[in-house]
Amino acid sequence: MPALHALANPTRFLKIARPLTGALTWVGIALIALGCWAGLTQTPPDYLQGDSVRILYVHVPAAWLGMGGWSGIAIASIAFLVWRHPLAEVAARAIALPGALFAAICLVSGSIWGRPTWGTWWQWDGRLTSMLLLFFVYCGYIALARADADRGGDGRIPAIFGIAGSVLLPIIRYSVVWWNTLHQGPSIGLTSSTIDRAILWPLPIMLAGFTLFFIGVVLMRMRAMLATAKAEARMARMARS
Amino acid sequence: MKAKHQRLTLALLALAAVVAAGLLALSALKDQAAFFYSPSDALRDGPPPGKAVRLGGMVAANSVARAADGVTVHFVVTDGKGTTSVTFAGIVPDLFREKSGVVAEGHFNADRSFTATNLLAKHDEKYMPPEVAGAMHETKTLVR
Repeated sequence: MPALHALANPTRFLKIARPLTGALTWVGIALIALGCWAGLTQTPPDYLQGDSVRILYVHVPAAWLGMGGWSGIAIASIAFLVWRHPLAEVAARAIALPGALFAAICLVSGSIWGRPTWGTWWQWDGRLTSMLLLFFVYCGYIALARADADRGGDGRIPAIFGIAGSVLLPIIRYSVVWWNTLHQGPSIGLTSSTIDRAILWPLPIMLAGFTLFFIGVVLMRMRAMLATAKAEARMARMARS
Repeated sequence: MKAKHQRLTLALLALAAVVAAGLLALSALKDQAAFFYSPSDALRDGPPPGKAVRLGGMVAANSVARAADGVTVHFVVTDGKGTTSVTFAGIVPDLFREKSGVVAEGHFNADRSFTATNLLAKHDEKYMPPEVAGAMHETKTLVR
């Protein structure tokens, strides 16, 4: 916890975040480029799906960040409610937009994969529907956080929404295990995978690349939000004097 | 300090309650949220004949037969515990094949057979290059 408390100081946070933003973003982009090259040219096609298997190199990291992003919002919301650190609220709001974007990428790439594989763009099965709900919950969070800030709220209501939205995370994760769904079961466990190694190996590169890029974007947005707040405070001070 | 601990406990309890609610909803909705009936579900408490439903399972080995008219396909869907015979007239998806997953949209007939109006291929969680497929696919395990 002392590390978290030290980071809660915006000045100290900015000092660490400033060099980290560029580094994470560029390393992330480099890894994504490497992963794209490997996934498009170096791996064999699947025996059934053919070349459309390559969509997984985008689909899986996007799904991971869509869900991981909401986990981040939930953790930041708890930190904000408990310790009242304004930085935690900034973090949650900074995560929301890229999180929603990656959830959308997951849905769209899945749909493009579903057309040749299943024979349909969209079906209301448990996994697809719960992921679509998560996207809508992201949109709701973004609107709610903005409305709360516009009306001079203290950020507690979006934080409670951030915790409540976590209800979807176990549903998305276990929908394919506990329900009959059109979507296949999980391919990747903690220690094993039902994806053959020849096809699997670019995926960790893409996962790392997407994740670093995501963190870089979140840091960028947090810095922009802090700068905006600082500028607004200065203008308010000038208007008073 | 005390208020802070109280808020922490409350927040963690709220998170645990929310996640537990999600898991409860998952298990409670098991039947309603199912995307399709499996053949054994249909034998046990199947939907009434004529109701629009989906039937899912594996296409049984050596069960696919094409009728003389060229568009009608007969096959058997199995889930290991029960089987249902299906009739479908139309274009089958590329990935439709024996010993592979399928989801058929249509309705049950009075004799518990199924008439499909649309077929979806259900892909499983195994991905492998063509040279590894073949014999390994049939054992359904990827030994490494």
